[in-house]
Amino acid sequence: MHIMIPRPTWYAWKVWRRNWDVFFKTYRVNFLPPFVEPVLYLLAIGYGLGIFVGEIEGIPYVHYIAPALLAISMMNSSFFECTYSSFVRMYYQKTFDAMISTPLSIEDVIAGELLWGATRSLIYATAMLVVLVAFGVVSLPSSLLVIPFSFLAGLLFSGIAMCFTAITPGIDTLNYPAFLFITPMFLFSGTFFPLSVLPEALQVFAIGVLPLAQVVTVTRSLTLATPLPFFFYSLAWIASCATVFFFLSIYLMKKRLVV
Amino acid sequence: MVGKNKGAGHLSFTRKKVDFTERVLFRVNNPSITRKGLPVKPIIEGRGLRKEFGTLKAVDGITFSVMPGEVFGFLGPNGAGKTTTMKMIECVAPATSGILTVFGLDVNRDPRRIKRWLGVVPQETNLDPDFTTLENLLVYARYFGIPAAEARQRSEELLSFVQLSEKRDVPIEKLSGGMKRRLILARALVNSPRLLVLDEPTIGLDPQARHLMWEKLKTLQAAGNTIVLTTHYLEEAERLCNRLVIMDHGKILVEGAPGDLVRQYAGEDVIEADYTPRVVRCLEEIGARFEVHGDMVQVFSDRPKEVATRLLSDCNPGRVFVRRGSLEDVFLSLTGRALRD
Repeated sequence: MHIMIPRPTWYAWKVWRRNWDVFFKTYRVNFLPPFVEPVLYLLAIGYGLGIFVGEIEGIPYVHYIAPALLAISMMNSSFFECTYSSFVRMYYQKTFDAMISTPLSIEDVIAGELLWGATRSLIYATAMLVVLVAFGVVSLPSSLLVIPFSFLAGLLFSGIAMCFTAITPGIDTLNYPAFLFITPMFLFSGTFFPLSVLPEALQVFAIGVLPLAQVVTVTRSLTLATPLPFFFYSLAWIASCATVFFFLSIYLMKKRLVV
Repeated sequence: MVGKNKGAGHLSFTRKKVDFTERVLFRVNNPSITRKGLPVKPIIEGRGLRKEFGTLKAVDGITFSVMPGEVFGFLGPNGAGKTTTMKMIECVAPATSGILTVFGLDVNRDPRRIKRWLGVVPQETNLDPDFTTLENLLVYARYFGIPAAEARQRSEELLSFVQLSEKRDVPIEKLSGGMKRRLILARALVNSPRLLVLDEPTIGLDPQARHLMWEKLKTLQAAGNTIVLTTHYLEEAERLCNRLVIMDHGKILVEGAPGDLVRQYAGEDVIEADYTPRVVRCLEEIGARFEVHGDMVQVFSDRPKEVATRLLSDCNPGRVFVRRGSLEDVFLSLTGRALRD
């Protein structure tokens, strides 16, 4: 079978711009989580739990979890944007239908949604970084590289999310990837404890296929200003999977919507 | 009233002025273009157009053409294939087979160029609930790549054209059903389209809102726009359409001007009388064509006076009405027959 590679165009940025406009219409609500969340986690887990943990691999516990908070935020902001929010726009608001009656193609629309998911990751990671810098738990200037990196990581999670959105029968069934994929990943990707304490098979699994594990590795290398093992592997993993899921999700969405 | 007309006139002038004058001159010099259409190329041309969903033949080989400046209607009961046909014209649903061109361009090859000049009013309201009335137009204009200043000016004009200027900063959810439909019409005009495609433009509207919509569509037609619409409301089709087709089960049953179709399929006049055995016997004696609908018989005849007089004098019919034949008679007799097959 001949599979057409989707060809989105620069029109995608018009879709991106629509979402950007909506985001900044309600910016007060939208900027609450990236500023409040890290403070809560740092206080409760970093300082609270950190008293009992002390150091992990020679690093103070707050410094250890700070990059994980960034990585989790990149994942959540882009994944939930391109699952529930995109689904609402597609299915309930019929926004995509309205868009494809204009010169925009369905490829442009989905690409715009993905780019927006990535942008949301960048916005949240940047806002959170400000808080982490204020707490003095990340190194400068290497941590600034988290900002461009968060776009790439966001693109990866947006693409994965959009694949689920393309195949989900309804909005309720999006709970499956949310609870069976995102929640376990949130806990078992070297976020709050190192992967090395896990059974070896799980370690291999995490390093081999869990997207968040890769994102945590790269982010932690940047905030600690020391490349960890697997840094380059993870970066390459993220870049290649982001590309694959970008096109795959557009393909699947086109299959769903163009009938 | 003065305000409305002013708004409408303004609109047709903000379209390209030359374009407008050209079109009027063209129509004056070619009075017959909307009839047989030989001198001009059709705006839309479908040949052997088919659309299948699995085993369901939603559109089953239709051939039609829409001429410039014409209001062309697709009529038919639910599931006849009207909406599917609109979606193929809008370049959003690919045809299973057949040829479909819009502005002389193939819908499969040039969707972006076609859509640039298309104004679409969908059956389902799909305004953007995250924006206000005015913002809906501005955001939509951006999808067409219309520069911001031009989009703003045009949007304000269109809001006054559809009488929504007072609601410009209101969120979509606060608009009534009729206002939403009007805003969708305004949105469809934001790119100064050469062709308007309206799928049930007056669905669910009260009579006031419906008349306003008709008035706007008439204004647009007078300015030389080509309009394609689907509707369930036969009165609407009779008022608006120059030509129409009646579809059922994915096929076109008849095509023509509403008046011609009425004359051809229903006769100038229709006589209705109470359904009694005696009336039926009388009609059979005269040899008149009639149909039974509930407790009434409908007689189609080109000699209505004669039939009515005969019924009244000899057949004790109870009630007898003579009325003008309508598109509804054509529609019911055609699609009714198809259902009995």
